[in-house]
Amino acid sequence: MTGSAESVVSIQGLTKSFRAGVTALQDIDLEIEPGEFVSLIGPSGCGKSTLLRIIGDLVQPTAGTVSVNGKPAHQARIDHDYGIVFQDAVLYDWRTVQRNVALPLELLGWDRARRKERVREMLELVELTGFESSRPWQLSGGMQQRVSIARALSFDPALLLMDEPFGALDEMTRERLNMELLRIWEKSGSTVVFVTHSIPEAVFLSTRVVVMSARPGRIATTIEVDLPQPRGGETREDARFFELVTAVREALAAGHADGDSSGGRPATAEELF
Amino acid sequence: MGTAAVEHREWKVVPAFSKLATYAIVVIALCAIWQGYKWLWETAGWTWPFVVDDTTMPNIWDIFAAFGEPVTTGGPALIHPLLDAAWFTAKEAIAGFVLGAVIGFGIAVVLVHSRLLERGLLPYIVASQTVPILAIAPMVVIGLGSKGVEGWKAVAILAAYLTFFPVAINSLRGLQSADPRAFELMESYASSRWSVLWRLRVPASLPYLFTALKISATAAVIGAIIGETPASIQDGLGGAIVNFNQYYSLQPTFLWATNIVCAVLGLVLFGAVALAERLVLRRAPENFA
Repeated sequence: MTGSAESVVSIQGLTKSFRAGVTALQDIDLEIEPGEFVSLIGPSGCGKSTLLRIIGDLVQPTAGTVSVNGKPAHQARIDHDYGIVFQDAVLYDWRTVQRNVALPLELLGWDRARRKERVREMLELVELTGFESSRPWQLSGGMQQRVSIARALSFDPALLLMDEPFGALDEMTRERLNMELLRIWEKSGSTVVFVTHSIPEAVFLSTRVVVMSARPGRIATTIEVDLPQPRGGETREDARFFELVTAVREALAAGHADGDSSGGRPATAEELF
Repeated sequence: MGTAAVEHREWKVVPAFSKLATYAIVVIALCAIWQGYKWLWETAGWTWPFVVDDTTMPNIWDIFAAFGEPVTTGGPALIHPLLDAAWFTAKEAIAGFVLGAVIGFGIAVVLVHSRLLERGLLPYIVASQTVPILAIAPMVVIGLGSKGVEGWKAVAILAAYLTFFPVAINSLRGLQSADPRAFELMESYASSRWSVLWRLRVPASLPYLFTALKISATAAVIGAIIGETPASIQDGLGGAIVNFNQYYSLQPTFLWATNIVCAVLGLVLFGAVALAERLVLRRAPENFA
């Protein structure tokens, strides 16, 4: 309630129930300040993806308020206040790389010259210059995901929502894209909400890790990540990095135990997907 | 995905003439099977499942020679009236094909936006195809004729009747075929229904549409030929078939020659659609139907 004017994301008393009477999320309160990189981590079925979609106004909450950029989530979506990246790149096969990146710009009514200039900048940012006219299916999974990030950032949204964006990639590609994402985040200055189930990834990327527990989905604890910026390969070898990874792991285990003790519930709708 | 890309490249490297050679070999093989069957049955004197002679199975070369023979003594060679008839039927088929494709796609666009309409109308659209075209052809031709519509236009409507169905069903599926995430993406941009239709649903539906158009291209030819028959339209291939049918015992090769022209017409329309597909769809090779 306090900082909702400055907060990029402000969530109060959020609850989400599905028709079957399953509570996916319960009593979520979360404030995300400008420039933060916040990871949502938790066991499957904790509702982290649902929470991300509620912030994006793609799923409606049952109770509680969600504001983005100081306005209701619905208005924020209409105002193009956020870009979203999914686990799959979701590129349109019939469009070239540059026209995929330009898709939101077309919808915003940018003229051709302005679109072209911005697409060039974005492809430079994600290091895909030279692939303008390639087709999505000609690119590797990691490159496709970079196109998807370029598309999400092309219209300069204040907020970037990422739903396990590197979950489908191999470990090496994932680590490389983690580095790139940090570089892009520093350069673009946007606020990121990042859903993952990789503990090292959450710690490496975030300024804050929100640990969630399942059945019903709640915020178990929040861990500030005080690793120095900018981060790089050596960050992963830092003793503090391991301490934080352990802290997140223990918080997850504790949350999991809680979830089990409340237990015997049927799987949530999200788990069934 | 990687292997598919490699295969695609190799496929492209294959020169056009070797592709043509494949077609030629298949045609020659089919002719050889025809002649071989005829020779075997005639030599052995087998009569099952039917008696084989020059009337039931004329020689391939006699069939092709028939194109050069006059239909009536002193008249033009068969090929000329057949080409005229083919053009007449093609006009009906193409007009019907275009009309049917537009109506079919339009129906799909309407149905995809309304579950209620989809549930309510789809059974009737399916039912429409269970009514034999032979039954409705005279009604359509005579009904429209009484309103002053030319015969060939009425037949085009019959061709459209056969065309719209596969287009409607396949397009409906294609318009719904995009990844649910792609719809979420469009929603995240707060894009209008119109934008979702033009930027997502329609492009995603094109492979399905072209599959349907290829089916419809041949169906339109069949529709035109069959439509001519009960409508007693003499100028097209349907008229030619009825005509040469009556003289089959005298001149079997004329009917066979007419059949070849019908088949070629269907192939030409099919080929035109396949070519358009290649030009319009530039996507992953494995997504080509």
